[in-house]
Amino acid sequence: MGKKLGILTKGIIKENPVLVLLLGTCPTLATTSSAINGLGMGVAATAVLICSNIVISLLKNIIPDKVRIPCYIVVIAGFVTVVQFVLQAFVPSLYEALGIFIPLIVVNCIILGRAEMFASKNNVLDSALDGIGMGIGFTLALGVMGLIREVIGAGTVFGMAIPWVCDNPFMIIALAPGGFFVYAVMIAAINYFTNGKAIKKKEFGCSGCSMQAVCNQEKCQKEGAEVSC
Amino acid sequence: MLKILTILLSVILVNNCILAQFLGICPFLGVSKKLDSSVGMGVAVTFVMVLATAATWPIQQLLNKYEIGYLQTVVFILVIAALVQLVEMILKKFIPSLHRALGVYLPLITTNCAVLGVTINNIDYSYTYVESLFNALGTGIGFLVAMIIFSGMRQKLEGNKFVPVSFQGVPITLVSASILSLAFMGFSGLVG
Repeated sequence: MGKKLGILTKGIIKENPVLVLLLGTCPTLATTSSAINGLGMGVAATAVLICSNIVISLLKNIIPDKVRIPCYIVVIAGFVTVVQFVLQAFVPSLYEALGIFIPLIVVNCIILGRAEMFASKNNVLDSALDGIGMGIGFTLALGVMGLIREVIGAGTVFGMAIPWVCDNPFMIIALAPGGFFVYAVMIAAINYFTNGKAIKKKEFGCSGCSMQAVCNQEKCQKEGAEVSC
Repeated sequence: MLKILTILLSVILVNNCILAQFLGICPFLGVSKKLDSSVGMGVAVTFVMVLATAATWPIQQLLNKYEIGYLQTVVFILVIAALVQLVEMILKKFIPSLHRALGVYLPLITTNCAVLGVTINNIDYSYTYVESLFNALGTGIGFLVAMIIFSGMRQKLEGNKFVPVSFQGVPITLVSASILSLAFMGFSGLVG
């Protein structure tokens, strides 16, 4: 039981995909201009992650090893299409706001990475728990980052105006440069509070890349952190 | 003609795919440590973007004809993955020198969001075939430009002792990216 709980909780803090493993940077930066968009993106990606983890772990003995990555991509793309339809039908405002980043969930490193590193080696229950844990970690990180950018950049919390702050918004934080900056400050804060112990990856590089297993290019292995996906 | 020029200027400078649209952040941060690897990655991405657009645009028309446009995501990612593999094999067989220069980067591009992003954008903006190709070319050039500038910035950062301990490594890289993005914001309003 403790082991199951460990699988569930490791994604939330210890191996947080966004802040510790540094995966899925594109949606993290692009969709966190407000808290509700960040949370929406997190929930959409979580749904895809849980479903694809379950299906891939069920199919792990059937899928031939050599074509496993294309198979994973087809499974993930199928679920992304489902999520796209659901959002379009029930939350059209969010569908509009997230735009191109909904189909781009397919190429989110976190989902392919968890399929390759976890779901293809573990049973269905563990894979589902891993998907839930990682998904919550992703959603929380995006939600917090979105909230920070919304409060400073627009002076609102979930669309509700904060007195005084909303009259003097620091707009740049909600725009593109602010995305990079807030992300940098969040990682630096985690570095500071854990004395650098939490961040396993000091640099972006092969070690965290979801394509590491398929990309057995000699030069990639040799150059190590120089080349990444 | 004017529209093509507008598209090119817009995606290279104003809506730069990395610094304004946040597409392809992973290679931007991962491969930009050295100038030659950034150039290699940038050229490879541009090459694949144009090829992928050339392949996916007609396929979308086919999907629309049979009213299965919703299969876009599934079909596009598979076409791009197959195309990248094919290009790698062809280059290896016929142009080994080019394969040596770009080969390392090709498998990594399969799951690059910039490539999938540009092909979907072409459809969303309902560009014609020629406009789509130029949009892909421009996006690729914008990617290359951002990579080259950023690799210069990172070489200056290397081994800098004045960076606070918590900010060393990834955070300071992101802060520099933020400043570069701020500089590119100066181009906004250039194209209507």
